[in-house]
Parts: sequence; structure tokens; C-alpha cells
Amino acid sequence: MKSGGQELPRWIDIGLIPILNICMALLVSGLIILAIGEDPLEAVAIMVRGAFGYEEGIGYTLYYATNFIFTGLAVSVAFHAGLFNIGGEGQAYIGGLGVGLVILAFDSLLPIAILAPLGILAAAVFGAAWAAVPAYLQAYRGSHVVITTIMFNFIASALMVYLLVNVLIKPGQMSPESREFLPSGQLPFMHEMLAWFGIPFAPTPMNITLIWALICCVGVWAYIWRSRWGYELRTVGHSEAAAAYAGIRTRRVIVVAMCISGGLAGFVGLNEIMGVQHRLLINFTAGYGFTGIAVSLMGRNHPFGVVMASLLFGALYQGGAELAFDVPTISRELVVTIQGLVILFSGALAYMSTPWITRVYRALTAGRVVPAGSEA
Amino acid sequence: MAMAHGAARDVVTPEGAPPPAAIDLRGIDKSFGAVRANHDVSMRIGAGTIHGIVGENGAGKSTLMSILYGFYRADAGEIFVSGQRVEIKSPHDAIAAGIGMVHQHFMLVDTFTVLENVMMGAESGPLLHASIQKARGELTRLADDYGLAVHADALVSDLPVGELQRVEILKALYRDARILILDEPTGVLTPQESTQLFRILAALKERGVTIILITHKLGEVMAVTDTVSVMRLGQVVADRVSRETSKEELAELMVGRKVRPTSAPRHDVAGGVALTVEHLSMRDRLGVDRIRDVNFSVKAGEIVGIAGVSGNGQSELLEVLAGIRPPSGGGFVVAGRAVTAAVPCGPDDMRELGVAHVPEDRQRRGVVAPFSAAESAILGYQREPAYSRGPFLDTDAIAAHCRSLMERFDVRPPTPEIGSGKLSGGNQQKLILAREIDREPRILLVGQPTRGVDIGAIEFIHAQLIALRDRGCAILMVSVELDEIMALSDRILVMFEGRIVGEVAGRGADASELGLMMANAHTDGRERRVS
Amino acid sequence: MEDAFVFAILTVNATVRVATPLILCAMAGLFSERSGVIDISLEGKMLSAAFIAGSVAAITGSAWLGLAGGIATAMCLALLHGYACITHNGNQVVSGLAINILASGLTVVLGIAWFHRGGDTPSLEATARFMPITLPVARAVADVPLIGTLYSRLVSGHNLLVYVAFLAVPLVWWVVYRTRFGLRLRAVGENPKAVDTAGISVTWLRYRAVMICGVLTGIAGTYLSIAHNAGFAREMTAGQGYIALAALIFGKWRPGPAFGACLMFGLLDAIAIRLQGVHVPGIGEVPVQFIQALPYVLTVVLLAGFIGKAVAPKAIGVPYVKDT
Repeated sequence: MKSGGQELPRWIDIGLIPILNICMALLVSGLIILAIGEDPLEAVAIMVRGAFGYEEGIGYTLYYATNFIFTGLAVSVAFHAGLFNIGGEGQAYIGGLGVGLVILAFDSLLPIAILAPLGILAAAVFGAAWAAVPAYLQAYRGSHVVITTIMFNFIASALMVYLLVNVLIKPGQMSPESREFLPSGQLPFMHEMLAWFGIPFAPTPMNITLIWALICCVGVWAYIWRSRWGYELRTVGHSEAAAAYAGIRTRRVIVVAMCISGGLAGFVGLNEIMGVQHRLLINFTAGYGFTGIAVSLMGRNHPFGVVMASLLFGALYQGGAELAFDVPTISRELVVTIQGLVILFSGALAYMSTPWITRVYRALTAGRVVPAGSEA
Repeated sequence: MAMAHGAARDVVTPEGAPPPAAIDLRGIDKSFGAVRANHDVSMRIGAGTIHGIVGENGAGKSTLMSILYGFYRADAGEIFVSGQRVEIKSPHDAIAAGIGMVHQHFMLVDTFTVLENVMMGAESGPLLHASIQKARGELTRLADDYGLAVHADALVSDLPVGELQRVEILKALYRDARILILDEPTGVLTPQESTQLFRILAALKERGVTIILITHKLGEVMAVTDTVSVMRLGQVVADRVSRETSKEELAELMVGRKVRPTSAPRHDVAGGVALTVEHLSMRDRLGVDRIRDVNFSVKAGEIVGIAGVSGNGQSELLEVLAGIRPPSGGGFVVAGRAVTAAVPCGPDDMRELGVAHVPEDRQRRGVVAPFSAAESAILGYQREPAYSRGPFLDTDAIAAHCRSLMERFDVRPPTPEIGSGKLSGGNQQKLILAREIDREPRILLVGQPTRGVDIGAIEFIHAQLIALRDRGCAILMVSVELDEIMALSDRILVMFEGRIVGEVAGRGADASELGLMMANAHTDGRERRVS
Repeated sequence: MEDAFVFAILTVNATVRVATPLILCAMAGLFSERSGVIDISLEGKMLSAAFIAGSVAAITGSAWLGLAGGIATAMCLALLHGYACITHNGNQVVSGLAINILASGLTVVLGIAWFHRGGDTPSLEATARFMPITLPVARAVADVPLIGTLYSRLVSGHNLLVYVAFLAVPLVWWVVYRTRFGLRLRAVGENPKAVDTAGISVTWLRYRAVMICGVLTGIAGTYLSIAHNAGFAREMTAGQGYIALAALIFGKWRPGPAFGACLMFGLLDAIAIRLQGVHVPGIGEVPVQFIQALPYVLTVVLLAGFIGKAVAPKAIGVPYVKDT
């Protein structure tokens, strides 16, 4: 919006400030590492080596990144419609439930070629359904979507425990898991696929779902920025007044956006249940839903940024695991801490640095003549 | 500087003896970015008088009073209260200086009682118990002294507007205000409530309270005030003693003496009726009647201008006709389709009926600021097949369309990729106009076509509207700029409090007469009806 | 009959113990949200306070120092939330979420680094904890039928922080509805502009509200680690901060009803385990997970407007920006 004040150029807004925010988060993390008596630089070195230094590490990094891409895309889509979807955790959980149900029902009847698309469909539908209720309540009854999605996360957790302990549990075993899927219900791992082409690769949980994640990125980009529905979705997100002016059915757009968001989060279930665990179990979402929020914030709600941020967080997770393994005093939760700091600096305090950056920018460009306005 | 206005500068109170001025503003300047809201404003308000400040929207009255009350800080100038220089940095300082303000939009907590609202911020101590006793006592005393009766324990959300206003006045008096500012107080009152208010103001004046009345209703100014200042475009253009002036003179000063030469020769209206509005009413979510039983029609090839001070229902009228809001009663007919409360029509359907709409609120409705100009250029038309290629948007076609619009309508810079928010006001408006006119609509609804638009673009936009009219479009235009209405309209309707209160021919319309109608101060007998 | 009575007493005691942190957090959230600042970080503040309280008590051997540490920690996080939301007009939901995640991670990282026990703090001696208190004359009246039994077994015998929590409710009610601060607090959550025009600082009011929130969540966290339990265990808050938020919303942001909701949710938790295996006619066995999910389901039903309307303070979640 034009005002008397000077606006910062786009490259600062999209490039510099996010980088500054990450740096601040990493700086504070480094201080924490120092505080517990370890060397931050060495910690970083171990993390980088753990994430990218060898095949298995890279595989794990990419496997984590797959989940983050899905939840990151989920938060981004909802964000563009002006909504805050905190329910990614629950939607991923229920999406996985859908995948599990379909496979448990059909893995002895159908081949993988049919089960795979069925699994995708089930993950999307179940994830979308779990988001649909909070969506409807927000759009048609004004219930705050943040509170309802938080509640639905807990409800999903309780529901899954109940189902896995009482209904779907494999008879005769103690741990709350279903029976293992037949091979027709298992997605191929990346190392298996690479082996078909004669390329050796260390065994990791990374599987074909990664490719689906990247396809989803393209799909989300095309939907949001290149389709009519995406146009209407973005209009609702920017200005409900403009949406009303344009004859856009705002409430419907809100529900659809949340359903898409839920469906994307549901694909975490596809990755975990059909791609890695090959059975239904509890707690497979492991905080991926919340990381998705950090990823989306960092990635500025754009699929490309989401991929980059997912890689970063995947590296953090894998590097963090390596660090926790190598250094007894540092636990895996350091990654969670860094994640919290990233959300803090990229989200709530995102514009904290803006005032002094503006001052620096103005001082540096004071000599330059501002081009004559493009006024009529 | 003082001579620039050309009118009597030293306000003499009717008695003839000059007491120290209650308020003395000297050289107040205030700008918001590029907009100069107050330009070297000086005003002296005598103690124990009722002083009116009149002017059209955007004249700078509210800004000035906001500075006096400490909401804004003036860029330059000084404030003297009862002869003492004061620094007013916040409402706290203003209250300490004895200034109280009754805002146009009430500053009340809906879930509180009257008593709690009066107390809040002026409690006698940390525990409410003592404050409640004191407040009750005070309220009773004030009610007796000034006739300000209120139900102390009623919830604010249950009270009628008139009583709410009395609560606001009580709040100020409770804080020992000796100077009371009222911002458009009768805008929300019925005539009876207004009379009651004036009685209260008279009682206050008798006790030596100085009252500043911001209003655009000239009848009230003449009835109630002792002195009046007229503001226009951020400056004080005149000061008068109310008894020695007239509504006509004030109206003339308010709208200015410039008479813009008509931009194009008017032709006789060619076509048939394109839009008929019958007994249209609209009640908003708060239950206030915004449009009351409005009847008029617009013919093809004619520009009908709706004049009136902002807030009298014109904005709501356009929104109803555009399909953004449904009517509550009555309806309108366009292209054979009747639109009523029972069969509403959304904006997308209205567009299909050939109704185009240039919205008043350009930045929130007309464009989407973060979108590129190309994307804003299809706002409202995003479902057109011309802009799609299969399931996707045809970005090339959209960009080409936008470029074409920009070239034809002189939008600068003519780059479709530029962010809509980065265009200047004039260029945004030209883009929006281009988008709507491009459809060659049957009816064009346009609100504030040149608000915040620079001179060059104004002339361009006016020429476009005239050309569109000449091509047979029926144009309904709402504007607070009387010059614009008079320059473009074939017929002028005046709206006041949701009704059409007057109609005149565009040709030869008289600014002061229109000013009176806009302030609902004209004598009924003088209405000239032209069909 | 005797068994049923014993069962009732045990259940009520269990309810009281479970409800205590909920009550404290709900009252904390009440201050913040009534002032217009959304606070979903009750969980994170409580967890952090629990950790620091447990750590300080373990190191110093003093429960009171532990309490001080817990309150100080929660205050710091509360001020961080305030800084982000009030001073920088940041997104209040994101800030709350960040604090929760940060607390979740940092408590374990520091716990492992300091105590090497997988995230837990060392087990505390009774001297470093808030132990159950026997109220005066409890022993003397223990044999008095009904009243004596109730007094000695229900009312007496809880630790100090339980009494603090229950006494906090009428105290909070009194502050919110009978003091000048409370009046202004309620005003600023409904119409901050009205408060501003009255010459009162919106910012300072909101900061005070947020600080009170810090104190109360600090007490709640301390309760968990050094009163209810004998030390901090990782993730020991287990979502209770969110249940407290649900109770607050369910209680429509009023102290009395929120207190009632906390008791109700506490009761549900207390009987959840007991109901396992019990057959309810017509439904069969009630799964424990259903009862665990019940607070959340009820909150959603309330928000959907099916059991009355939950009207939040009007200005909640909207940063107050003066247009200058």
C-alpha cells in the first residue's frame, strides 16, 4: 500500500529478513549449546555431516523432508485463504488411519498398482474429512479455527489409541499396532527402486512418496497461482471485502481450502504407514504437523520455499539425531528447541528487525535519486 | 496568513466583552503522508459559548479535534486552554486540561453497565466499592443539574442510541470537563432526541461549559451555536457569528465558490429505462435503516449523480445495487430481472446482467493490493472463459488484456506485473474503471470516482464516463464532491439519512441549493422536481 | 455403602489433585485473554516452570526456592509472549505455539545436560517438596461422623499449592470484578479504543495481565513437579495446558464457570481409569479414550454454538494499533 513511508524492496522482504530471522534462531540455539557446555561450531559440523555426509544420512534427511513438505504445504494452502491450520498433526494421523484401513481391507485382493492410488485417495479423503469439521464450524458458525483444530488434534490422538488398542490390533501381541501389510500394501523404498537401475544406495526409510510430495508441490503451485479456484482462494485470504465484491462464495472457499490442507497433511500418513512402517501404529506423526508450521513460515508459504525449508528441517532432524548419538549431553530435543526458535523468529517476531533494517537501507540509499514517480 | 481567509478573524462573543478564550489554536499543521489534513489552522473559541465547526468530509474538522483531544500530535502549532499554553500528548493530558470528547462512534464497552462505563479510567481508588458510591452520587447530581437522565445499572448494549450519547457526555462531565467536543452528535439521533440534546447543551452552556460542535447540519448550527468556523480542504475559510450569518452563506462557504465549467455538452437522454429502483430499503446487521424507501430510475445514456454527505446511505445503496448486500425491503429491476429480499442476486449474477461496479473503497474492494495489476484486472471476472485455458488461468491472455486496458486508459506504468498496491491512487482508479468499462456494461455503478486521484487523472476519468454515457450506458454515480456531481450529471438526486430528499436537473444546478439539500436545510417549498 | 463412600472420597481427592493445575492455568489464561491477548502457551509456561522448579528444588533442597524459580521462568516466557504480541503486534497464535514447542524441547535438552536422567530431574526428598498439610483440628474431628470425616479426609491433607489454587478462584473473581484494575482489564479486552480515549495505557494494562498469567502458570508448573510429584518428568504436562484453555473457553472466560469446568474435566480424568471395564447399560463398555477426549469434544460442541454461545472478549487476538 502506498503511504508516505518508504517501502522496502522485495528482495529484502523475501530474502534478507527471513535469513536474518533464521540466523537469530540459530544464534540463540548456539548460545543454548554453549550453555550446556558444548561447542556450537562442532555441533554444527556434526549435524551437517550427519545430514549430508553419507548416504544413509542423506536418505534419512530426505525421508523427513517428505513429511515436512506435506505438512508445510498444508499450512501454506490454508494460510493463503487467511486461515491458520494448526490441526496438521491430527489430519496426518487420521489420513494414516484411512490408508491403513484401505490396505488392511484390500491388500490380499488387489495389487500394489491399484492399492497405491487407493492409498493416496484414502489419505487425502480422511485427512480432508478431519479438517472439514473445523472448517465448516469456522465458515458457517464463526468458531475460531485455531482452537477447534487444536482440540481435534487431541481427539484424533484419543481416537487412534482406542482403535489401535481395541479394534485394529494384531491378535496376540501387546503393542498397539495392526498386523503387518502384505507386500502389495507396501510402497517401494528409494533404495529398492534405485537397485532396479543398478544404483547402490544405503537402506533408509526414504521411499517413493518423496516423488509424490514433489508432485504435490507442483500441484499446489498450479492450483494456488494458476487456477480460478486458487485465485478466489487468495482473494479471500487477502481481502474478504474484495471477495464479496467479486461475487466469490467466501464460506465455500474456506471449507475447500481447509479440506485441501487436511488432505495434504494426510499424505504424511501415506508416507509413514504405506511407505515406511507397513502397519498401522500410534504416534507416527511425531510432531510433523507442528514442524509443518515452522516450515511454512520459513518458506513464506510458497511451495518452493516449503521444499527448501523442509530440506533444512530434514537436515536438522537427521543431524540432530546424529548429534544426540555422538554427544551424550545433547538430546534429540535440541531440534525441537531450534524449531521453536524458528517459529518464534520467523513468525511472531518476524518484523522485529524491520525498523532498523529500514533505517540502514535508507541511510545506504540516501544518496540515490528516487526515480520520478509513475504518477499520471 | 490571518488575512488569507478574507473573513472576520476576531470572533467577538455576542455580549461584546472579550473573556479569555477557552480554546485558542494557533497555526496547527497536520499531514498524513502526502495528505495535508490541517493546514495552518487557527481558531479561537470563547469561554462558555457553543462553537460550531462545519465542513464537508475531508475538510479536516475531525483531525483538528483529534489533535485537541490528544489522539494525534500536530506537526506544528500551539494549543492554549484558557490562556495557558498546554502540551497535549495523549487523551490523558487533554482530560487533565479539562477537555472532554464525545466521539462519532461511541467509545463504550458494550458488556458494561452505564455506571461502569462512566467510572472506567476515572475511578476514585483501587477498589471499585468507593468509586461506585461516588459515581452514583455524581450521576444523580448531573442528571438533576443538566437533565442528563440515564439508567445507571443498565447494560450499554440494551440502551437506545440517544441514551448512549448522554452516557458519553456524562463520562466527560464526570471528569470535570469544562470544554466539551461533540463530533457529529446528531448523526445517529432521531429529531426528538436531537432536541433533547440541544436542551442539555444549553444547560451546560449556562453553567459555563464551552461546547464545540462538529457538524455538517446547517440547521443545527443556526439553531444552537453562538459562533461557527467553516473548514474546507484542511483550512479554516471563515469565522462567523451565527446570528449574523445564514444557512445559505454557510453552505456556499462549505462547498466553495468554484464552479467548474461543464466538461461536455449534454445531450438529450436517448434510451429507455435501464434501472428501476422501487421502495428500496436496507437495514443493516445492527438494525439501523440505512436505505429508506428509495425510488428512482436511470435511463440508458444518462448519468444520474447522487449527492450527499458521506454516511447518508449512498454507499449502502451502491452495495445493494451491485449485489454485495441484499435488500431488506422493496427492490430494483435491471434487464428484466427483479431483485428483492426474497430473490436476491449476488455480484457475479449482477455482472452477468450487465451491471458493472467501480467500488467506493478502492483499496479494499476494487483491487487486491498484493496481486499484480494483471490479476486485479480480472477481479470479479475471473471465471470468464477468455481468461482460462482448460482448468488453468491463461496468464498470457490475462496479461495481454491488462496491457491493453492500461494502454487504453493511460495507466502508468503500463506493466501488468506491477503490484496493484504500488500503483498510485489515480492509476489504480483508472485500472478499475478500465476493467469495468471494458465490458461495455448496461449499467455502471460508480462510487467516489476521483477520490484521492490527481488532477490529470480526474479529467481523464470524467472524459471516460461521459464517453461511456454517450455510448448508451446508464451510469449511477455517488460522490461527495459537489463539483464532480454538477459537472457530469444529467440529473442529480440528493440523499439524506437514507432517503432521496431532492432532485434537480444537472444543467444549471446551483451549488448552494444543493448544499442546503445535502444538509437537509432546504425549505420544502423550494424543492424543484424535474422528471 | 461404606465402599461407595470411600470410593467417593477417593474420587473427589483425585479430582482435586488433577484439577489444581487446570484451575491455575485457566485463571492465568483468563487474565491474558480478557485483556485481549490470545494465549495458547499455557502448556509451555507450565512445563517450563515445572522443569525449573524441579531442578531448583533438587539443587537447593528448598521447595520455596523451587516455587520462586518456577514463577520466574513462567514470567519470562509470559513477557516474551507479551513482547512479541503487544509491543511488536505479532501473531498471537504463532507466538504461543512457538513458546510451547520451545519449552517442549528446551526442558529436555537442559534436563539431560544437567541431570543425565533422560530428561527427568532427580527424585526429591520430602523436605524439598510441598507435602500434604494436615489442617488444624483435623485429627481431633476425624471421628465426628460425616462432617468430621469430610473435613479430615477431603478438605485437609492436600499440599499448600492445592489450597492456593482453590483460594485463587475467589481471589481472581474479586480482582476482576471488584477492583479498578479488573474493570480496566475487562474494558481493554472489549474495546481498547475506549480505554485509550479515557487516557489509560492499553499496553501497560495488557502487560500486567500477561505477567499475572505468568505467575499463575508458574505456580501450576511448580505444583506438578514438586507438589504432586517428586520431580520433573519430561512432557509431564501432557496437554493439561490445552485442557485448561478448553475449560476457560467452556467457562466463557468467567472465573466461576471456568473453575466448574476444571473440576468437571478433572473428574472425568479421575474416573476415566476407574470406568475401564465397567459396563454402561445400552452402550456397553465405555472406552477410556472416549472419556479422555471428552473435554475436547465438549469444547468443540460449545464453540459450534450448540450449548449456548461462547462469546470471547470482543477485541481478542487483534493487536491494538493506534493510527497516527
